[in-house]
Amino acid sequence: MGAGVDAMVSKVSSGTLVASIRKERRDAGAFVLNVSFEAPPGFTILFGPSGAGKSTLLDCLAGLVRPTTGKIVIGENVLFNSMIHIDVPPQIRRMAYVFQSLALFPHLTIEQNVAYGLRDIGQQDRRARVEEILEAFRIARLRNQKPSQISGGEKQRTALARSLVTRPQLLLLDEPLTGLDAELKASIVEDLRAWNAAKRIPILYVTHSREEVDALGERVIAIDNGRVVSHGAPMDVLDAPRRKRLAQAAGFENLLSATVLDLREPDGVMRIRLGESACEIEAPLAHASAGDLVQIAIRAGDILLASQRPRGLSARNVLEGKILSLEQRGTMCIARVDCGVTFVAHVTPSAVRALELASDKQVWLVLKTHSCHLVD
Amino acid sequence: MNSLSLSFELAGCVAAILLIIGMPVAYWLAFSNWRGKFLLESLVALPLVLPPTVLGFYALLAMGPRGPLGKLWIVLFGHGLAFTFTGLVLASTVYSFPFAVQPLMVSFEAVDRKLLDASALLGAGKWRTFQRIILPLSLPGVVTALVLSFAHTLGEFGVVLMVGGNLAGVTRTVSIDIYDHVQSLEYGEANHLALLLLAIAFAVLCLVYAVNRRVWAPAWTRWSAK
Repeated sequence: MGAGVDAMVSKVSSGTLVASIRKERRDAGAFVLNVSFEAPPGFTILFGPSGAGKSTLLDCLAGLVRPTTGKIVIGENVLFNSMIHIDVPPQIRRMAYVFQSLALFPHLTIEQNVAYGLRDIGQQDRRARVEEILEAFRIARLRNQKPSQISGGEKQRTALARSLVTRPQLLLLDEPLTGLDAELKASIVEDLRAWNAAKRIPILYVTHSREEVDALGERVIAIDNGRVVSHGAPMDVLDAPRRKRLAQAAGFENLLSATVLDLREPDGVMRIRLGESACEIEAPLAHASAGDLVQIAIRAGDILLASQRPRGLSARNVLEGKILSLEQRGTMCIARVDCGVTFVAHVTPSAVRALELASDKQVWLVLKTHSCHLVD
Repeated sequence: MNSLSLSFELAGCVAAILLIIGMPVAYWLAFSNWRGKFLLESLVALPLVLPPTVLGFYALLAMGPRGPLGKLWIVLFGHGLAFTFTGLVLASTVYSFPFAVQPLMVSFEAVDRKLLDASALLGAGKWRTFQRIILPLSLPGVVTALVLSFAHTLGEFGVVLMVGGNLAGVTRTVSIDIYDHVQSLEYGEANHLALLLLAIAFAVLCLVYAVNRRVWAPAWTRWSAK
């Protein structure tokens, strides 16, 4: 039966996931997950702050949690439909789900872990498939080790291999790569991409890390408070955050409240005053009127630091301030600068040396008008 | 047959039976979401707090020629249950039930639920998940259940006296034998048997605690992986 089932599955496995799910949770107060979206083959990032409902959504898709109402379809396979009482149990949904905790079986070897989901096929076929995926995820040499004997990155590779060897029709990844350094992460993602190039299944990748979105992003679905707040290409979704919580999650280190002073419609800008300070800056024009209170989000990486008052710049906003603290994190320095309000700016260690930056040093911050994003 | 080997035979039978019927009960107690679960939990734990004579008394009534179990046995096998080895096994099984079920239940519950989810998502049904994940990870609990029910049956007195009486070679277990010796003022004989039981009890408890503390953890995991 192996060949017949495989032929059938490979036909449907190129299907697009179409889901609309509503889940009310009694235990979580008034929390309601209510989302509709499509995920074609390839990476789709589910992005949002923690508690937004991302994991609940994955649990619903996998069949571990039953949605209150809704529909889950992959290609032509209906996995859940509350209208006609279809609820396919998880063991026959053919979905792979890699938990954040990975959930490797501690008493089985790496090879036994990977082979766990393969049993309705012949010994020879099984051996070949296990071998192929152990190679593809570079864990063949660990085959006889136990999960407790291998490194974090190797565990993550094992968990991915164990899920993918069953040729699922959908891959769900719940922050499986958190805690790995960027290089290791990139190499695992590369292996995952290479594997999926041939299989072409939808991969839903949950993260709240902005860097992972940039590394993986084909499509992003931003979720907040149980709802899809926007979707599209990563640039469109995350660079113009319209909601404060999302802005925080998307790596806008500076979130400041400001008062609108006046609108300059012909120039497409408005002047705002930051917080209670005397700092006035120019921001892109928005639907607001003088006196309104607004929120401004600015990336720490979008702020320039100068050791002398800069001249002849196109950037409209130059603020004078004093360095409160400098902290090196990896290959990046985080400078906190007091300009009446406190800004966080990222600079490179070489810039710190060249400008002789240190605490209490006087500096000037340079902000482009369009680096100042308005959020709700 | 001397009383010691009879006791060992009884304890062996009871431990084996309890392992078989204890597992489904423990599984159900560990994983059921039924709200009335506490009722069964209390029932299972009842022999822990009940005087053995109370349990033995009702067991005797049930097994007697006019009791439901006794009547059934006469119809099926042509003889009664009271004062037989089989009757002793039945009553002891009930009496030692919590000693098998509780360690099993606790170790089943301790298995990470995410592993069970992962197993299901990899296509495994409940039985396969039990066999391949829950049971191997609960091996210390299984050993504890076996050893405790064996040891507890070995040392019981009240239930045996009520249900089995004191028939040499049939129902005279070692603890009854000790009592007999003391009654006949044969303190030397009593001391031999009593010391033996004491040593066995201590050895058994050492085994249980060692397994649960994973004194031999590396060897243990190597073995349980097979």
